[in-house]
Amino acid sequence: MTTKFRVLDGAHDTPADLAQHEAHFGPIRGLHLEPAELKASGLTGRGGAGVATALKVDFLRQQKRAVGYVVVNAMEGEPAAHKDRTLISKNPHLILDGAMVLANMLGADDVVVCVAREHTSAVATMKAAIAERGRRRLQGPAFELMTPPGRYVAGEESALVHWLDDGEALPQYRSTRPSVLRIGRRGVLVDNAETHANVALIARHGSDWFRSVGTSRQPGTLITTVSGHGRTTVVEVPYGTPIRDVLHAASVPFDPVAVLLGGYGGTWLAGHHLDRGCDNESLQGVGANIGAGVIVAVAPQGCGVAETARIVEYMARESARQCGPCAFGLPALAADLELLRRGHDGASALARLEERCGTIEGRGACRHPDGVIRLIRSALRTFADDVVRHAGGQPCPHAATSAVVRIPHRSHPETLEWA
Amino acid sequence: MKRKTLSYLLRVDPVRCDGFGHCAELAPELITLDEWGYPILSGETFARSHVELVQSARLAVRGCPRAALSLQSLSSSESN
Ligand code: SF4
Ligand code: SF4
Repeated sequence: MTTKFRVLDGAHDTPADLAQHEAHFGPIRGLHLEPAELKASGLTGRGGAGVATALKVDFLRQQKRAVGYVVVNAMEGEPAAHKDRTLISKNPHLILDGAMVLANMLGADDVVVCVAREHTSAVATMKAAIAERGRRRLQGPAFELMTPPGRYVAGEESALVHWLDDGEALPQYRSTRPSVLRIGRRGVLVDNAETHANVALIARHGSDWFRSVGTSRQPGTLITTVSGHGRTTVVEVPYGTPIRDVLHAASVPFDPVAVLLGGYGGTWLAGHHLDRGCDNESLQGVGANIGAGVIVAVAPQGCGVAETARIVEYMARESARQCGPCAFGLPALAADLELLRRGHDGASALARLEERCGTIEGRGACRHPDGVIRLIRSALRTFADDVVRHAGGQPCPHAATSAVVRIPHRSHPETLEWA
Repeated sequence: MKRKTLSYLLRVDPVRCDGFGHCAELAPELITLDEWGYPILSGETFARSHVELVQSARLAVRGCPRAALSLQSLSSSESN
């Protein structure tokens, strides 16, 4: 497969400094992008939701009050993702170029780059890159680095803005969407780091160039993080590349029984669907979504029911515990999945799972519980045969040992850190 | 002046809600409680002409000790 690197391009092994960056990608001075050109590019967000970037920009441009901040979301709270950190370790200035272009487009004075404080190497790289730009006295917005706590939901955009505005990394209830997030009284545009990097390339090469790879609905490339084969491999591929080819590019040595797509609030895809492209249109028919490019391959000796139980237990722990249906519902779902995994009273656990998925869905302030429910439903579909055996008290032989998906340690046991 | 509201939608802010379930007593036609005591709203809009429903919804909104409920007015173009 010919992998066409774009945002991860460059011969350097260490983060490109300004000189290397400009030598490779071209000068920063004069970088500019018209809203119409952004729209023509068809750029979609790389953080998971996949919303057209131009749609968000236009929505903010229609507001009466001007936008004050452009936020680069490089929090990467998704445990199976490593693409934002990889991008930072390669081309930090490409991200900053894109943020500068969007800030100029919206008339925002400030760019705030958010990297989880636990990701120390990415923090150091971003700090150095921002300082370097400061010394160059480039025209345009002021850059600032912020390091919120790296919990799962802290990277959710309303939680991120809440933390910037008021020091608490908790999602905010929004009665209508889309809604304008604010710091103080000023509106905020939040985009994923990879999205910003693509904006920088569109500003340099135009929308036709941008659309020359990828699919018509999701043009350009996607940085995927492939794991499950004892390693974490980051590969940039055009949207629409068959999942099988992405696994091949990442040197996954086995034929997976299934892959987890999108993230821990994502979806399972059965092994016989791996010829589908890694774009949302190709995956729609099988109820899956590529999200932020996470792909976890499950080898034949893995158990999908056990993996789902492990993920949901983690996601329940990561609830911000602000909303009843999430704070009580997710642990209940996790407990039933654990019963199903062990095949103890699995049939009634399964019945409760299906029922509770229905009552919990859509009732949190953020989409955290909805992601968990999406994952559970796709597990019950994808591993339907296994689920029947588990429910009948005959779990698969690997159910007790399956440990494909990486679950972070309990780093914040009781004292939840949100500040 | 002409009143434009044609229908209403009841919403709950799950962050504010404390789950004591007072609202389900005030507006049982619109609110049930889940197994943990948190309100489940039907999510359906109801017409302004449905006077009893509007009455109960208002009672619940006013009675909620956490001000977690809100009654959103929808004009014709918004109601679906
Ligand atoms: S839904 Fe869950 S994670 Fe989201 S704000 Fe509510 S309690 Fe927190
Ligand atoms: S009355 Fe208010 S706080 Fe109490 S359960 Fe109902 S919505 Fe929640």
